[in-house]
Amino acid sequence: MDTIFLSRLRAEWLGNIRGDLLAGLVVALALIPEAIAFSIIAGVDPKVGLYASFSIAVITAIVGGRPGMISAATAATAVLMVTLVKDYGLQYLLVATVLAGILQVLAGLLRLDKVMRFVSRSVMTGFVNALAILIFMAQLPELINVPWITYLMVVGGLAIIYLFPRLTKHIPSPLMCIAVLTAASLFLGLDVRTVGDMGELPSTLPMFLLPDVPLTLETFLIVLPYSAAVAAVGLLESLMTASIVDELTDTTSNKGRECIGQGVANMATGFIGGMAGCAMIGQSVINVKSGGRGRLSTFAAGIILLALIVGVSDWVSVIPMAALVAIMIMVSIGTFNWESLKNLKDHPRSSSIVMLATVIGVVATHNLAIGVLTGVLLSGLFFSWKIAQIFRVSSTLSDDETARTYVVEGQLFFASAEDFLTAFDFKEVLEHVTIDVRRSHIWDISSVAALDTVVLKFRREGARVDVIGLNEASETIVDKLGIHDKPGALERLMGH
Amino acid sequence: MSRILALFDGSIYSQSVCNHTSWAAERGSASIDVLHVLGRRDGPGAPADFSGSLNADARAILLAELAQLDEQKAILAQKRGRLILDEAKACLQRAGATDVTTKLRHGDLVETVQDFEGGTDLIVIGKRGEAADFAKLHLGSNLERLARSSHKPILVASRAFKPISRFLIAFDGSASALKAVEFVEANALLRGLECHILMVGSETEEAKASLDQTTTRLQALGYTVHAKIESGQADAVIAAAVESEGIDLLVMGAYGHSRIRNLIIGSTTTEMIRSCKIPVILCR
Repeated sequence: MDTIFLSRLRAEWLGNIRGDLLAGLVVALALIPEAIAFSIIAGVDPKVGLYASFSIAVITAIVGGRPGMISAATAATAVLMVTLVKDYGLQYLLVATVLAGILQVLAGLLRLDKVMRFVSRSVMTGFVNALAILIFMAQLPELINVPWITYLMVVGGLAIIYLFPRLTKHIPSPLMCIAVLTAASLFLGLDVRTVGDMGELPSTLPMFLLPDVPLTLETFLIVLPYSAAVAAVGLLESLMTASIVDELTDTTSNKGRECIGQGVANMATGFIGGMAGCAMIGQSVINVKSGGRGRLSTFAAGIILLALIVGVSDWVSVIPMAALVAIMIMVSIGTFNWESLKNLKDHPRSSSIVMLATVIGVVATHNLAIGVLTGVLLSGLFFSWKIAQIFRVSSTLSDDETARTYVVEGQLFFASAEDFLTAFDFKEVLEHVTIDVRRSHIWDISSVAALDTVVLKFRREGARVDVIGLNEASETIVDKLGIHDKPGALERLMGH
Repeated sequence: MSRILALFDGSIYSQSVCNHTSWAAERGSASIDVLHVLGRRDGPGAPADFSGSLNADARAILLAELAQLDEQKAILAQKRGRLILDEAKACLQRAGATDVTTKLRHGDLVETVQDFEGGTDLIVIGKRGEAADFAKLHLGSNLERLARSSHKPILVASRAFKPISRFLIAFDGSASALKAVEFVEANALLRGLECHILMVGSETEEAKASLDQTTTRLQALGYTVHAKIESGQADAVIAAAVESEGIDLLVMGAYGHSRIRNLIIGSTTTEMIRSCKIPVILCR
């Protein structure tokens, strides 16, 4: 056992040293503009996002459950914290970050990652599309009421980002975009907004500090809703990104451990003055694309990021905002699932509606958690609607026309109970009614009540009623009978 | 003995594993399962792209690219695996084995063997693996992991097969050494061969008693037993005895101590497998 554990640990950290270090460098370079941009979305100094990206990346590299996945300050969590920062200030954001971490650890210990199974593919697609739209919308303030030169710079930046890789794939093109646009604005003396205008940049290593807030119930109640939303969205995006990385690398990951890892990372980040974050879909794809597979890649990304920002913060402050906007537009385009637009036509209408509802829910509320909840509820509704169709009642009349046998087949539950009731003809005058439910499954109390109603109604009309196979059919109310933990339960459930 | 699991990896030990397996199968009249495990593809599959840019649908494109590369590699590995198995089967049949089945699996060798060892009585593996030929006298990376995790006796094949007429039990009175004695008692594999028992350590009453008891047990089964106690460093004394007595097979309990201890003072088992150039049966 210990042998396998040790060799796995070695493989996860040292299995791919060269690839991991190079990919870590690429990711670190790509993280700088994103971390600054996300801080600006949340309305805090760039250093809050930069410190957070460093600490979250390093900690999830060690304690996370998905090697090779990149976690840092993200747009998804940043958009949730805007009003908290606006109304109460940075210190409350730090408390909210710590609390979100605690909630995530609890979720991990309760194995809430298993709840992910209710998030269907359509909801996930809606989530990423909504995320892409939110990232794009966050760039709009930089694109409205600005001098025309800004538009020129953004377009130029996008051209560099997309065309430079045709020249060489050995230098990250977003970095090239920053270098060219910064050089141009300095050289031509352009009067455009720079990162330095957005707030304080880090010049020292992060330090441990306790958030400066009164430790009262009031504080707790102020931050709790924000923390809960951040914890939920963070876990959702992290688990989704983990399954994307699983898919890309054809390996498995420990989702429960990932929840706890995200929580630990956020808790620690709050104490060094960073904002909450989670896994990043785009950066993780960049990491895999650059050859990163192991924990070392994430770890290297965090360490290199810190070294870069502390070492070159003077240079960072003169980067024009237009360069960051161009990079964020690239992230938004790369995150959006364009195939899903084409699929709107081909996929079943119910899944398209779920996807669109998720997107609309998010964009309307700026809260990814609400959009996802909408999507999950809708897909649940659609599913029960579909299952309710798998239901049939047929009947035969005896030769002397005094007795009728109803045969019920299919799934009986709250959604099909209404159809069940209307399938019987109570006007017919009968002496004996037999209801055969051996080939149906009774799933809940609604269907039991519907069956009771039918029996009572026939009795009132003066018929003798026999129900055949009720015990077998009602075995599906598993939580009452508890047969699901007995051997052969599945066969008994589905077989009769 | 009814089933033998033979592990083939296409290394230069394959011929010897084949010979040892057919020897064991013939003596124990056992059927043979031949297993080859295709390891995991580690490290990046795609040509590195450091551009750090995300195009539209980057994820789907990357997934398609990686899947295609992995597919090509996997098809090659599969072909190679089938060749190795076919060769192993042919070799075993030439050596007279009749009941041979082959299995090709994906995964980690140790975990796969754990899944398969259920009905098996003996596992045969080469002393070193496919990638280990560059450094002389080093053991294969999988051997120790396998020996530690497996619950079945393991026959570690030496570089070349020699007819076996004398075997030696390395005995220290410990639980794993008694397992080794039980293995000799319970199996027809070594019946009729000359048996040596060597105990390394000081000649205490306790040691003598336990050695005598074992000798009697084996003599009752018709073995000619030569028992001895010698003092010195276990691996050196045993290696010397193997050399001087012309021993063809070493039977021993394996890895009685924890990994932590081995990390600090080294493992006698590993040392003996390495220094004795004869096949070894490990019992745990």
